[in-house]
Amino acid sequence: MSEAQSNSTNDLCIEIRNMNKWYGDFHVLKNINLEVSRGEKIVICGPSGSGKSTMIRCINRLEEHQQGDIIVDGTELTNDLKNIDAVRREVGMVFQHFNLFPHLTVLENCTLAPIWVRNTPKAEAEATAMEFLERVKIPEQANKYPGQLSGGQQQRVAIARSLCMRPNIMLFDEPTSALDPEMIKEVLDTMVSLAEEGITMLCVTHEMGFAKKVADRVIFMDEGEIIESNKPHEFFDNPQHDRTKLFLSQILGH
Amino acid sequence: MTMTKQTYVPGTHPSLPPPKGTTGIAYWLKMNLFSSLSNSVITLLAIYLLYLAIPPAINWLFLDATFVGTSRKDCAPDGACLAFIGERFNLFVYGFYPAELRWRVNLTAILLVVASAAVLWDKIPARKYMLWFALAYPLIAAWLLLGGLGLESVSTHLFGGLMLTLTIGVTGIVCSLPLGILLALGRQSNLPIIKYFCIGFIEFIRGVPLITLLFVASTMLSYFLPPGSTFDLLLRVLIMVSLFASAYMAEVIRGGLQALPKGQLEAAESLGLNYGQSMRFIILPQALKVSIPGIVNTFIGLYKDSTLVIVIGLLDPLGIGRASVADSAWLGLSTEVYLFVAIFFFISCFGMSRYSLYLENKLNTGHKR
Amino acid sequence: MSTPTTNPLLRAWYDKETRSVIIQIIAAALIISFFAYIINNAVTNLAAIGKDINFGFLWQNASYDINQTLIEYSSTSSHFKAMIVGLINTLLVAVAGIFLATILGFLLGIMRLSSNWLTQKIAYVYIEYIRNVPVLLHILLLYGVILNALPRPKSSYNLNDTFFLNNRGLQMPSPEFESLFWVVAAFLVGGLAFSLWFKRYAKKIQDATGKIYPVGMISIGAIVLLPMAVYFLIGSPIVWDVPALKGFNFKGGIVLRPEFIALWLALSLYTAAFIGEIVRAGIIAISHGQTEAAQALGLSNSFILKLVVIPQALRVIIPPLTSQYLNLAKNSSLALAIGYMDVVATIGGISLNQTGREMECMLIVMAIYLAMSLLISSVMNWYNDRIQLVER
Repeated sequence: MSEAQSNSTNDLCIEIRNMNKWYGDFHVLKNINLEVSRGEKIVICGPSGSGKSTMIRCINRLEEHQQGDIIVDGTELTNDLKNIDAVRREVGMVFQHFNLFPHLTVLENCTLAPIWVRNTPKAEAEATAMEFLERVKIPEQANKYPGQLSGGQQQRVAIARSLCMRPNIMLFDEPTSALDPEMIKEVLDTMVSLAEEGITMLCVTHEMGFAKKVADRVIFMDEGEIIESNKPHEFFDNPQHDRTKLFLSQILGH
Repeated sequence: MTMTKQTYVPGTHPSLPPPKGTTGIAYWLKMNLFSSLSNSVITLLAIYLLYLAIPPAINWLFLDATFVGTSRKDCAPDGACLAFIGERFNLFVYGFYPAELRWRVNLTAILLVVASAAVLWDKIPARKYMLWFALAYPLIAAWLLLGGLGLESVSTHLFGGLMLTLTIGVTGIVCSLPLGILLALGRQSNLPIIKYFCIGFIEFIRGVPLITLLFVASTMLSYFLPPGSTFDLLLRVLIMVSLFASAYMAEVIRGGLQALPKGQLEAAESLGLNYGQSMRFIILPQALKVSIPGIVNTFIGLYKDSTLVIVIGLLDPLGIGRASVADSAWLGLSTEVYLFVAIFFFISCFGMSRYSLYLENKLNTGHKR
Repeated sequence: MSTPTTNPLLRAWYDKETRSVIIQIIAAALIISFFAYIINNAVTNLAAIGKDINFGFLWQNASYDINQTLIEYSSTSSHFKAMIVGLINTLLVAVAGIFLATILGFLLGIMRLSSNWLTQKIAYVYIEYIRNVPVLLHILLLYGVILNALPRPKSSYNLNDTFFLNNRGLQMPSPEFESLFWVVAAFLVGGLAFSLWFKRYAKKIQDATGKIYPVGMISIGAIVLLPMAVYFLIGSPIVWDVPALKGFNFKGGIVLRPEFIALWLALSLYTAAFIGEIVRAGIIAISHGQTEAAQALGLSNSFILKLVVIPQALRVIIPPLTSQYLNLAKNSSLALAIGYMDVVATIGGISLNQTGREMECMLIVMAIYLAMSLLISSVMNWYNDRIQLVER
């Protein structure tokens, strides 16, 4: 069950209503209902296979849903290509495996979309790119190639690349799961500073410290359903559902 | 907007079947063949082309074809004349090998299967003895086919057909393996003279067409041999084919050596093994195992390339086919003959390449990195 | 009794540097003596039958005709000229083959990746059939089909009375360029220059203002459409020598002999199958995550292909593509199986048989192929080095 924020029913960024998705015969997302207000930060957690990545990938149509509605910033996601393009311009995504373009420099990675999607002049795109590269604290790497950077640096470039399109919503799909431990902090710090600026964020992650610090809501998913959704301190201190309790004991135990 | 009829307590939602129209045959057809206008047009075009091409081909090749007969006159005019296959079958398989001695060829073939199984199949019983047998197989095969030492001698001029193809292919691979290993190791060597000699040899062989090397075998190779000696044509061809295959084999093994983690050689050296021992016990066994699919592919390539021997007068199945076409009983049948040989090669090569894919998959799962 | 550390010889052997030098000296000695041995054998054997190594025969009369030549040649020309004719024929079929094979190969690769199940399977069956049958057989089959299926000149397949297809080949009209054609040629060259300039100009505009011009369309217009329009406007300044049936055969125009057509088609169809697999492997090699990242940024499909997938796929495709080009060039040597007079059939075939100079002729043929291989490899290696990904 979802809990809508009481003071922003007229400023919903994302509405998911009765969404169901199947892979062939496998029912992977079951009756998802979710409302995200502008500026809200949501952390989604759950065991693997619970469908959390699939769900956020439906939001920018990297996956298609078979039943239900998904409305992003007022635009409904259907097979209409125009709508899909419009949504993807406003939604940024950071992937677990960075997916930087290895044949382009860091700067070119960041300016690619603004130039070819928003028809931005090159100088302006580069200025924006440098601004965001400074935000993620690696402006000096601008002319290097992704293959020359460490994992943490690459992920920060990926974040800057998405930000260059100035999206309203940022999706994070396990952004630190592929990083060596010593590099997780630098990426999480970047995400925390991003959160403090007011952008709407949906983050699939196992980093519960990050959730406690930044999230407005924590959602627990299991076997394709949203089991529980609550403010962080209530979620961690007072889990309602048995499965939530079990998951928290496993993940916070060590 | 469709809504599910029931709401469930969180954690109890059952797995429902997908909505109608999203699975099943109709859905598959829609997605794979008719997903858009252009896709549908392409599908219809493809179906039309297939309709134009396939039924006439089936008619000609099977329904109207004549399968039995003793000469061209027995064949129906509209269909393929496939009667020659039955007539000439033994020639295609054994060449001109004396009929009463063909059991030796059959035995060689059976032992070939056994020897290959010994090498390729991990779980063969009594593996150690089987490997020794595989090592001795070339000598046994040579004795069986050529004769001498108690068996009646058969001149190599009588070799032909499938037997010839297999002789060339198997000998080529077996001889090229040790040579290829040496070349691959030499190419990786730090010693410039050895390294550049190996590179030069490999690049030379790979830069010239096989047909020129076969010409060399048939016309010129005898000049380079000691004065007064005469080497059999088949032997000369086998020498050139082995040299040819060794260059390609060297590249395959080089790939296998590169696939090994560097740490293997370092571990061997740090244990105190010298170069020869590291190679023999650690590096080569692993590299060869990884190279097996590549080796099988080289064999398939050699098998196909062996048809080139018809330009120097040896009669592989294609050569036998052409000779049959010239025979007055079957004059003018070139299409059927070529098609028959083509299908023969297709079946054998396709089978071998499927096996090679299977080997590759099997080895990949064992070598997870 | 000297111990290993005091005996200088043994110490030298165990010293890594010295040992490598010693081994190399031994290896060099073995190699040199082996070659000396076989060369000595060769010289002795040749002397015994009265031959020597002499390239003078190249300037003697060839005394044979070649049925397809691009340059002036007659039976009184020298063997050297025959070699040149053969070489030109080889290059002709190799270049034409590479061209057609690349187009067909990329088409096949795209078909293999198509979402349409039928096209995928048709391409798959084609590729598997081609790859598992020896190339010599493909050449012979195609040649046989062409000879058997095509009619005699009297009843040729006729396209508009200008193109004729029969068992003597494809008769095509040959162009004779009138003086006014210079205008069209000027527009062609101008169009080329213009599109090169326009590409640069459009990029400048895009950098400055973000506006994207349709460079591809405009280039096609400048290079193809405009010269064509000019051609027709000034009265079509090309006179076509159209082939016409005179007696049993055609006179006039150019003829593509069935040997050339068969070899060219067979080589192209054969190599295209391998290229198709290479293209497919290249595109699959680009991880799906790249496409997803580009989609998440809002790039349209055509831009994703152009900016993200194809640049990376080319890096994977070029090296094996080079090998296939080399194979095609080498496979062209099978021309003699159907009577196409390439370099192997002329200098390595008829000239060799007539003069008996096997060594010299084979050396020439091998040298020519080695040069071709080297050329193709170097060009591709240079291109490959240029587009390498930069990594740590």
